[in-house]
Amino acid sequence: MSKNINVALIGNPNTGKTSVFNQLTGLKQKVGNYPGITVEKKEGICKLPRGVKAHILDLPGTYSLNTTSLDESVAVELLLNKNNKDYPDVAVVISDVENLKRNLLLFTQIKDLRIPTILAINMADRMSRKGITLDIAALEEKLDTKIALVSTRKGNGIDQLKQHIADYKSLSTKPNLDTTRIAPVYFGGLQKAFPNEDLYKLWLVITQDVNFMSIEKNRIEAATSFSLKSKEELKRLQHKETVLRYQFINNALKETYKVDFQNAKGFRGSIDKVLTHKVFGYLIFFAILLLIFQAIFDWSSYPMDYIDEQFAAGSEWLKNTLPPGVLTDLLAEGILAGIGGIVIFIPQIAFLFLFISLLEESGYMSRVVFLMDRLMRPFGLSGKSVVPLISGTACAIPAVMATRTIENWKERLITILVTPFTTCSARLPVYLILIALVIPEGSLLGLSYQALTLMLLYLIGFGMAIFSAMVLNKIMRIKSRSLFLVEMPTYRIPLFKNVAYTVLEKTKSFVFGAGKIILAISIVLWFLGSNGFSDDFHDAENIVNNRIEAQGLTTYSKNYIQNNISDYTTGLTAEHEGISQEAVQDSIQVRTADLIERAKAQEIASHKLEHSYIGYAGKAFEPLVRPLGYDWKIGIAVLTSFAAREVFVGTLATIYSVGSDEEETIKNRMAAELSPSGKPLFNLASGISLMLFYAFAMQCMSTLAIVKRETNSWKWPLLQLTFMSIFAYLTAMIAYQILS
Amino acid sequence: MATVADLVHGQKGVIKEFSEHTLPIKLLELGCLPGNIVELVQVAPLKDPIYINLSGSHIAIRRSLARCIELDIIEDTSAI
Repeated sequence: MSKNINVALIGNPNTGKTSVFNQLTGLKQKVGNYPGITVEKKEGICKLPRGVKAHILDLPGTYSLNTTSLDESVAVELLLNKNNKDYPDVAVVISDVENLKRNLLLFTQIKDLRIPTILAINMADRMSRKGITLDIAALEEKLDTKIALVSTRKGNGIDQLKQHIADYKSLSTKPNLDTTRIAPVYFGGLQKAFPNEDLYKLWLVITQDVNFMSIEKNRIEAATSFSLKSKEELKRLQHKETVLRYQFINNALKETYKVDFQNAKGFRGSIDKVLTHKVFGYLIFFAILLLIFQAIFDWSSYPMDYIDEQFAAGSEWLKNTLPPGVLTDLLAEGILAGIGGIVIFIPQIAFLFLFISLLEESGYMSRVVFLMDRLMRPFGLSGKSVVPLISGTACAIPAVMATRTIENWKERLITILVTPFTTCSARLPVYLILIALVIPEGSLLGLSYQALTLMLLYLIGFGMAIFSAMVLNKIMRIKSRSLFLVEMPTYRIPLFKNVAYTVLEKTKSFVFGAGKIILAISIVLWFLGSNGFSDDFHDAENIVNNRIEAQGLTTYSKNYIQNNISDYTTGLTAEHEGISQEAVQDSIQVRTADLIERAKAQEIASHKLEHSYIGYAGKAFEPLVRPLGYDWKIGIAVLTSFAAREVFVGTLATIYSVGSDEEETIKNRMAAELSPSGKPLFNLASGISLMLFYAFAMQCMSTLAIVKRETNSWKWPLLQLTFMSIFAYLTAMIAYQILS
Repeated sequence: MATVADLVHGQKGVIKEFSEHTLPIKLLELGCLPGNIVELVQVAPLKDPIYINLSGSHIAIRRSLARCIELDIIEDTSAI
């Protein structure tokens, strides 16, 4: 007997279902997606008494089997399909002790599918504080099942739950509610037409719009002896069903579940008074937002710098250790640099998910939705759009996925379409280097111009998101049911284990999901940049050497050497006091010779790049970006950024033939770059133009892919790409023309 | 006719019979059934949405939906 028991965990949102799952499986869990849709699928293995193993599936939270969203229909699809490999041998309904009545509605529905169903009553530790007493034995009898009283916070009751799961074969599969009671004539007819089918299952097939069942639905529609009812009639019957279920539940709880309100203590009311207060509510929310930004942009810079250094060192080490050749170059400059570009975002992503998961676990997120709903509505957004818009400051990918909680399709679509305007972390390196280059140092009221510029860019992004939402809301003609329903759960101290798992999982899925694309692009980029077809490319060394002999180094290289030497001289005399003039001259001579060699190598590299595949592509592209104030090199960086924005700095690093990704060096090289007219290429006009372009353009393949998946059509991502890019181009052009 | 939207802070009411078409099933499943008690817990700063206790379920809904739920307001809360 080696067959694993299939267990499905199902329950209302906010019942601590995930905590029960974590307690049962520990770290032996796996998170993926259901095939074809982006609903998260969590599975794990649990060891039961007597060496039996259980395969546990954590289904998305739902209030009932009458589904209103993609996440919820997953549960129905599974429970109706006996051929699914995950079809449960036993279902565990997780309920929270305070909302037992409401939770039992789902319990009775699942029990009626004739699946052995165990009831796990969670948060038992709150019972005495809430004045609740329960007669478990009597309730087991009424519901015709086994009950486990669980407290995931204290770790109680899990063993009992495991015992019940192991003994699932002894559970009754008799339904709680006789389906024919809903409408005797109608269900009588249905049973006659399909004598071998379970009535409640047929009923769900008729009422639910779930993907895979269309075939069975056709079968029911084709049955001549039986006529389908209209939508209104079906709804009336669903209403009747709900009333009957509650009658059954009230009856079951009458003698078994008692609440003594005299003994009930709660702090929900008093906390709500502060957190949803018309002044303090917003103040607290903005204080929390500030804290999140501080963490993402300040605290995470330390681990990010460390990662950056480590990867630069690793790349150097590879080059020195491995024999020189194409493969080494690919490893050091293509693959390792690519992986570094992904890993560097881990601290920010982890911090963001840490905060989001803390806010969600504690119950505060629902209050934010409550506070913001009315403010967001004039823009065609919902209170629930706030979460994606905040998440968007880290990365638009999880943000677009977070829109799934918005029930109203129009509000959800608008949120998806405008989220990419919020300043994501990939824009940050681009902004930082451009600000350092073109915005003068100095301060206004104690705030530096550079910090103010960065803040302004964030505001522009957010403002643009809100503004375009408003426009979309005006022009889009989409009819959708407007149902806005948010549960306000009791406040809880987040469980460390849950938060840690969430951070771990989300970070992992970012690294492996988005990472693949970034890695692929850096390899392609490296290849296109280090290969060419013309003689100019292959003979670069001779050509450049001849030119240098005939005409000397370029002005650019001369400036570079001169600046370096003057810095060096100042440093030398400052560090070694009383150093002799001769020693200084000697030292400078050695240094100059060294620099000339380096300048030569760089000129060869940049000549090669200019005549590589990517160089030709950039030259062809140049007329298009000239009105924006860019040359062909920036043009390439912009072009490659359409795959992912963070590629910008990396591309420029490659183009300016700087060996490492160290930003200070790239910055100096960029500052020394001259335009044909002899002025610095990166000036205020072209810098602002670039920043605006990056603020507005849709330059992220992964986001486009996720929008396609979430909207189930290419129409929306293509619209997003076209509109945002044209808008970015025009604003950047106007800004450059005015400023230059 | 009084609706949930007419409740003031802390006030309760008993839900009346209603026609099936007006309310989404999800709301019924959360406990919005004739005879059940609704209490207004909190109103958002801009008067909308509202936060109610629906026979034990604490949920927030928009005023437009609240206007569809008819009820008898309980004037004297000490009687409950």
